[in-house]
Amino acid sequence: MHNTIMEFLSELFSSYTLRVVALGAAVLGIISGALGAFAVLRKQSLLGDALSHAALPGIVLAFIITSSKAMPVLVLGAAAAGWLATLFIFAITRYTKLKNDTALGVVLSVFFGFGLVLLSYIQKTPRAAQAGLEKFLFGQAAAMMKEDVFLMVVAGVIVLVLLVLFWKEFKLTSFDPDFAKSMGISVRKYEMLLTSLLVISIVIGLQTVGVVLMSAMVVAPAAAARQWTDKLSIMVLLSAFFGAAAGVSGAVISSMSAKMPTGPTIVLTLSSIFILSMIFAPARGIVWGWLRELKNRRAIQTEAVLEDFYFLDAQHGGMERGHTVKVLRTMSLGHGGVERSIKKLQEEGFIRRVEDKKWVITPKGSKHIESKNIES
Amino acid sequence: MIGPELEIQFIASVVAVACALPGVFLVLRKMAMMSDAISHSILFGIVVMFFVTKEITSPLLLLGAAATGIITVGMVEMTHKTKLLKEDASIGIVFPLLFSIGVILISKYAGDVHLDSDAVLLGELAFAPFDRFVVLGIDIGPKSLIVMLVILVLNILFIAIFYKELKLTIFDPGLARALGFNPNIIHYTLMAFVSITAVGAFDAVGSILVVALMIGPPAIAYLITERLSRMLVLSAVLGVLSAVSGYWLASLFDVSIAGSIATMIGVLFVLTFLFSPLNGMIALMYRKRKQGIVFAARILLVHLSHHEGKPESEEENRYHNLDKHLHWNKERIKKIVAYAQDRKLIHIENEMLLLTDSGRKLAQTSITAS
Repeated sequence: MHNTIMEFLSELFSSYTLRVVALGAAVLGIISGALGAFAVLRKQSLLGDALSHAALPGIVLAFIITSSKAMPVLVLGAAAAGWLATLFIFAITRYTKLKNDTALGVVLSVFFGFGLVLLSYIQKTPRAAQAGLEKFLFGQAAAMMKEDVFLMVVAGVIVLVLLVLFWKEFKLTSFDPDFAKSMGISVRKYEMLLTSLLVISIVIGLQTVGVVLMSAMVVAPAAAARQWTDKLSIMVLLSAFFGAAAGVSGAVISSMSAKMPTGPTIVLTLSSIFILSMIFAPARGIVWGWLRELKNRRAIQTEAVLEDFYFLDAQHGGMERGHTVKVLRTMSLGHGGVERSIKKLQEEGFIRRVEDKKWVITPKGSKHIESKNIES
Repeated sequence: MIGPELEIQFIASVVAVACALPGVFLVLRKMAMMSDAISHSILFGIVVMFFVTKEITSPLLLLGAAATGIITVGMVEMTHKTKLLKEDASIGIVFPLLFSIGVILISKYAGDVHLDSDAVLLGELAFAPFDRFVVLGIDIGPKSLIVMLVILVLNILFIAIFYKELKLTIFDPGLARALGFNPNIIHYTLMAFVSITAVGAFDAVGSILVVALMIGPPAIAYLITERLSRMLVLSAVLGVLSAVSGYWLASLFDVSIAGSIATMIGVLFVLTFLFSPLNGMIALMYRKRKQGIVFAARILLVHLSHHEGKPESEEENRYHNLDKHLHWNKERIKKIVAYAQDRKLIHIENEMLLLTDSGRKLAQTSITAS
């Protein structure tokens, strides 16, 4: 085990391709993680899916118009199409009775279909140099080049700077748009800006993980981060961190195993992070919920046993007669946990042992029950 | 024996109707994106069944896909029910995961088979007629046509038999439960049909067009009608319309048929979005404008009746002074006065606006009604 880790580390530092891919995946993870946090909180998780499909006609059109395969050109085309798709989705939900999910589905599939039309059109033209446009569909992280990563870093820095610059506005418009409006903030302007940033982050991720898996890059890190915190700033940071970690480890894992595609591996890593977060995160996680429920149930059982002691004492007119576990167990058929409760109550001084394996309620215990009865 | 041209159109139409029918329920139940999720995650089911049967055409693939569809829905609901995640985010996590596993399995263990993710996403309708279904040496027709016809019949039977139940679970799941049948059973059965339809269709048209055909026509139909029965019929008609027109668009420009069909759905959607008499943008804007004029005319009448017969009426109710008193621009005043004149609510004498009897009455009711 130790050996493989060393091997892998030396591989990471010696292999140029792997370094480029890992760096690119990390940058992508940071950007989509940070913006995904907003998307998930604003219930726009599937917008990422829709936009990544909708970008296709923009990419092909940009290629048809400029005959260039340069990344910045294609990214610009994709961004334009994604942006247009967003406008359509907003218009449909605003002006018709169709719900958000239907608007997403229609825009996603129609844009993508039109993209296919354009793609099949250029495939039939003599300048069949379009090979490479397909990589936007399925993603080819392994083919990532230094220039691509450079572009991602530039776009990433712009996105993050804007995110920090308009942090307060984004936060307000996301959580309390009405309040934001009353403060004189143009909610729609910032919504559009935030969505535009999401478009950029999706577009630069397309060639790495492809259309289908880009949606996971947006949703999964944010969904995982949400489990650990209720604070937006921490959630965004954590989400970016999860995205980066999954990006790097996905790239590395896929490089270590033959025929292991990078994009899906990254998504698999992200999904694992999410599942672990869902199970183990403090306060919100599933395990935590079970523990809390167990604790509550035990507290109620203990109270019930103490109440039984109180009634027994009342029936025997304060004769300080001890009672066995068996008696209490009969009384508490509904709840159980008698032995544990007796131990706990004795520790707290609510009952005391009078003879061998017999207990009686103490004045402190009686007071506890009486005060509780008054309260209720 | 019909030519491949007609056959393709026929296949496309059958696929369109088969997709549109369950799609209506997805749109109405606000689960449209579930079609996207299912049509992607069935890749996982197909791959697993392929490893079991070692055959790419086995009918077991359909079963595997249907099971995956139900698993997808179940996983989404399980995640959603923990209350740790909203439904849309749950969908956004589940289907990429299943799709990823599918892609990894293919690339690791099935690299040399005709089973790649391109085919799942894109599909190719143009090749569909070449894959024939031959029984006892007799060519019955293209295989995808037979498969989709069977699926179409199953869909129609399901909807016809459980029409009432489906209707009830869409519009009032609470009542459905109170009446003693479990909406979940209908729900999961519907999802199984969606999955079977998706897996039958994706081979011919690709998973994205499955989404277009499942969501597009029902969405358009919903803009036109609000009756479930009409919506079902209309969706089917719209599906056929976009399939056939899409085919002709594709053969005109020699481009992807599936993509053209999706594009035609988009065109039909935009047209309906703009021109639908009930819910179209233009009808909506026209109604809004008209409401504005009707309301403004009432304001004018109330203004006139307020000052009528009083000394200041000479000043207040003079046509050229209205802009000062009502704070409207000249253009608007001209329009509103003309509207009121047309309806014989006022008449003008020497630049003075005078109420007619019906105008006075309307002004009165405008005040008292509020």
